Amino acid sequence: MEPITIYTGRMAVMDRKNVDTDQIIPKQFLKRIERSGFGQYLFYNWRYDEQGNERPDFELNQPENKGTSILLAGENFGCGSSREHAPWSLLDFGFPIVIAPSFADIFKSNCMKNGMLPIALTEAEVDYLMTAAAGGKYELSVDLPNQKVSGQDGFETHFDIHPYWKKMLVNGWDEISITLQYDEKITEYENSKQRLSI
Amino acid sequence: MGKSIIEKIWDRHIVSEEQDKPDLLYVDLHYIHEVTSPQAFEGIRMKGRSVRRPERTFATMDHNVPTVNRYFIQDEIAKKQLDALAANCQEFGIHLADLTSSEQGIVHVIGPELGLTQPGMTIVCGDSHTSTHGAFGSIAFGIGTSEVEHVLATQTIWQTKPKTLKLEVNGELGYGVTSKDVILYVISRFGVDFGTGHIIEYCGEVFRNMSMEERMTVCNMSIEGGARAGLVSPDDTTYSYMKGRKYAPESSEFDRCVEEWSQLASDVDAVYDREIVLDGSEIPPMVSWGTNPGMATGVDGFVPSITDGVMDSRELGRALEYMGLNEGMAITDIPVQHVFIGSCTNSRIEDLRKAAAVLSGQHVHPGVRAMVVPGSQSVKKQAEEEGLDVLFKAAGFEWRESGCSMCLSMNPDVVPAGEHCASTSNRNFEGRQGAGARTHLVSPAMAATAALYGRFVDIRKNERIAELVR
Ligand code: SF4
Repeated sequence: MEPITIYTGRMAVMDRKNVDTDQIIPKQFLKRIERSGFGQYLFYNWRYDEQGNERPDFELNQPENKGTSILLAGENFGCGSSREHAPWSLLDFGFPIVIAPSFADIFKSNCMKNGMLPIALTEAEVDYLMTAAAGGKYELSVDLPNQKVSGQDGFETHFDIHPYWKKMLVNGWDEISITLQYDEKITEYENSKQRLSI
Repeated sequence: MGKSIIEKIWDRHIVSEEQDKPDLLYVDLHYIHEVTSPQAFEGIRMKGRSVRRPERTFATMDHNVPTVNRYFIQDEIAKKQLDALAANCQEFGIHLADLTSSEQGIVHVIGPELGLTQPGMTIVCGDSHTSTHGAFGSIAFGIGTSEVEHVLATQTIWQTKPKTLKLEVNGELGYGVTSKDVILYVISRFGVDFGTGHIIEYCGEVFRNMSMEERMTVCNMSIEGGARAGLVSPDDTTYSYMKGRKYAPESSEFDRCVEEWSQLASDVDAVYDREIVLDGSEIPPMVSWGTNPGMATGVDGFVPSITDGVMDSRELGRALEYMGLNEGMAITDIPVQHVFIGSCTNSRIEDLRKAAAVLSGQHVHPGVRAMVVPGSQSVKKQAEEEGLDVLFKAAGFEWRESGCSMCLSMNPDVVPAGEHCASTSNRNFEGRQGAGARTHLVSPAMAATAALYGRFVDIRKNERIAELVR
């Protein structure tokens, strides 16, 4: 996985609450058995009409949002299905960072397992950034080691992240190889009395 | 200070506990299906890793499978995914309930009915409705594909301890009000994210009095309230449901297990991070009108108006536009063209019996296409033994093979754009049942009644049906 440390990019504003993973990647694209190539299907039913033409009023189709790499959205982003195809499609499309007032639990953890950074800011901060980002010129910097988000107009704020995840993301580590170092402990647990008889 | 069942199960599964790290938890049981597992197996193969405990993973085919002519899968990509699951299970020695198996069905239906799901377990699956298994007093939650790979390789998972939420519903439910209505009511009242970061324990008379099928319906939809897991402390209802099931402990062993399981129930002085108390008699039969499960109201209610100020006006506007509904219209004026009885929420034998009772001797409205998709081959067989299939067919319902079907319409079962479907499933997100499809979440009895009338009907006010559900 690519390590994330300091990242600067322009933001796409998606001022919608409760964006569910069925919208992020509709079910007709879940039949693939690969991990890659999902970006083309991101928000498919919102991006394209029945004939496959771009819907001009959808946020990501607007000219100022082309080439943006940070997605700014409303609360409870990523709710619903556990499909990891959702973060895969966001990342493949070009959004390694999503900022929202809150995220659904499974989505959040799925992001971090793929080297993506979901950042929860307060609603007021997200509102501020949404206004600032309008027009598509505003650049935001994310500094993961210092847990800071800052803008060119002096906007600056701190965000929380579990120290475990910070370490994983900053180093781009693969979780399984770390857990495999616990092999003995797992065996010990498997043989212990602490377990129920199952 | 006492402990809740959540803490008891959690503590017993800690493999490693360190400062500044989530806990490393042991996973007792891992369910997999064809959609969220192929990339996990691919990862295992690419890195030359092995599956640590293949006997602790159980696989089924459910999301993609056709519900007619199931052996002739026309969708090439779906077939490739099913074949990939079969090949992966073969390669890594994992038990698979494939399309030819009498064990096949929706993963959250077969686990409990086979006796695999047991109290006190930690259970995961690459599927958000894994919360269903909490009905047995286990901590069961949905995971992503990277985690599926992690569990295959290590039989463990890193988890930060969630907060605990006690949701107590006391009193008695009104007639015609089912477990589906209870959970829809809770979500509509507290929102689709009220449970984020929490595990819910469902307490109080209402849940105590429920059958296992009913508890599963409630726990199933915990995720629709944002909670990753929801559970009910095990009791005699749990044990009598489990006894004699295929993979449940055998007789003498079973009694010993019951003794152990009985220790799991929350202590009376357990402390929770949050508590909610409700009166069950307030809950009406529910119908969802919008594009998430929180957008629901009583069948005797109305679609909200922008001027009510109860919701963000843009969100409401978008939902109404998608659903083709007008502000302030009566729920009973919403026309229904499709009825789907199925999904891991409501496709168990009890659900089918309740729907069948309403339909007995009646015929579906001429403008309605209705379908029953039993949750598993075993539910299907039992229903056929009871003659429910004959009754459904006589009423004009299609009787299908088991699978997820129209709950997410990955197979050919789709609701056409612009049409309304009364569905016993769990999600009414845009496009869930097909592009442009308009889903209304309801209980099996409400769905069956909507099939008869071609619109929603308050089952408490219909004399014949009220008699049946009283
Ligand atoms: S029935 Fe629906 S919700 Fe349940 S597992 Fe299948 S697709 Fe998911």
